[in-house]
Amino acid sequence: MTAVSQTATPPRSSAAGDAVPMVSIRGVGKSFGTNEVLRDIDLTVNRSEVVCLIGPSGSGKSTLLRCINFLEVYDRGEIRIEGKLVGYTEDAPRRRLSNRDLRDLRRNVGMVFQQFNLWPHMTALENVAEALVQVRGMDKAAAAAHARRMLDRVGLAAKADSYPARLSGGQQQRVAIARVIAMEPHLMLFDEPTSALDPELVGEVLQVMRDLAADGMTMVVVTHEMGFAANVADKVAFLDRGRIAAFGTPREVFHGSMEPRVQQFLQTYHERNSF
Amino acid sequence: MLDLALLVQYGPALLRGFGVTILCWGAGCLIGMVLGFVLMLLRQLPVKPLRWIIRAYIEVIRGTPFLIQLFLLYSGGPSIGLRLEATTAGILGLGLYGSAYFAEIFRAGYQAVPKGQVEAALSLGMSYGSILRRVIVPAMLVSTIPAIVNMMAILTKETVVLSIITVPELMYEMQTMAAETFATFETILGMALFYWLLVEVVSRLGRRLEARVTRFLTHASPQGSSTETATARA
Repeated sequence: MTAVSQTATPPRSSAAGDAVPMVSIRGVGKSFGTNEVLRDIDLTVNRSEVVCLIGPSGSGKSTLLRCINFLEVYDRGEIRIEGKLVGYTEDAPRRRLSNRDLRDLRRNVGMVFQQFNLWPHMTALENVAEALVQVRGMDKAAAAAHARRMLDRVGLAAKADSYPARLSGGQQQRVAIARVIAMEPHLMLFDEPTSALDPELVGEVLQVMRDLAADGMTMVVVTHEMGFAANVADKVAFLDRGRIAAFGTPREVFHGSMEPRVQQFLQTYHERNSF
Repeated sequence: MLDLALLVQYGPALLRGFGVTILCWGAGCLIGMVLGFVLMLLRQLPVKPLRWIIRAYIEVIRGTPFLIQLFLLYSGGPSIGLRLEATTAGILGLGLYGSAYFAEIFRAGYQAVPKGQVEAALSLGMSYGSILRRVIVPAMLVSTIPAIVNMMAILTKETVVLSIITVPELMYEMQTMAAETFATFETILGMALFYWLLVEVVSRLGRRLEARVTRFLTHASPQGSSTETATARA
């Protein structure tokens, strides 16, 4: 049995680890045929930082996020997580990483999806315990106990035995978050985690994400929740047509950016959200 | 005049035949499903020649009558050194025939598995084997059980063809009875009853199985969200 600490959050910082950024993206590009969806992206995410990716739809935010754990293959440049090259070997010319190495890399990177992607034939508890058994090799009882603690952390201990179909969208997304934090990832990726939710359910998910950020989790979040970006993010990257058009603290991007496309995007956002 | 006593007189032989029918059907279904599943998996591999071969196999099986396939296997087999007993040939033939259809059913089921469920598993570091067993197959079961049961019901009736290569199954016994007694009507009636019984049992079991594997799909209850929200914020 693998020993599991009570908290799913990695140590806030370690003297040796601080030098290497959690995520380092250098010159990353990607094309679908002739369509260049990512162009020359540079981005650094330090330990315990929350970085929000914002921008109009089709700007490449989700694609960039999915490249970080190699659910999407990038063609050019390099992405490193804790110094390790994502998806490729270090050789030149580089080759694709073996499935085994890719799995080793992914187990430290959690991902939360827009559509929750819970497994419908498993209860909330089973959803959270599954990877603990299959990936971490924990025995079933220990995995269930750990999973229960994780559900408790997202306020859903009472729903442990419910199937996803019996849960609201907000509850499903919190189970999905519990499923990820149970693996004690070093980094969490959020792909529009609240976009599929009814407006009144958005708050409960954002609250769980705030708690994670406060606990020191490193997070990259694709979001349309400008309030969350403004209040929780350490850095905001504004993407437009596959490029980072603006980058900085929320204050710098939201209030200081002279970039016309940022201005226009925020203008549209405000108009849509005022009534 | 209808002489149902004949059915009683030939009862033991008919029951034996029915047993052989069930054996051939069950074993044929099993082979068909296992082989069909393997074919479906192989077809997912990015190896083009393999895909063509499997596609050709499926097209040939689906495009020719079962009777001809069975003849080829049983009577044509010896010319390539494949000598099979009638019952073995019957089971194998039924299995090969079913595999083409099952492969297509499973392929549809595989493609219908929501991509996100697989991505979630990948992002947690699960291996393909684990994902197949724990995520893909359970999801496939839900969408394919009606088609699987349907195919199994079709195969119960295809077993009659085995009588032609002298497998002593129900049809074969019935024909013997008809030949010996000239009681054609009773024979046909008895046969219809037996097959109907088998199909009825299969479809009932299928409905139960379907209810079982989809029991988690009950619609979300309206209760829940409001109280839970309060807990999360507390």
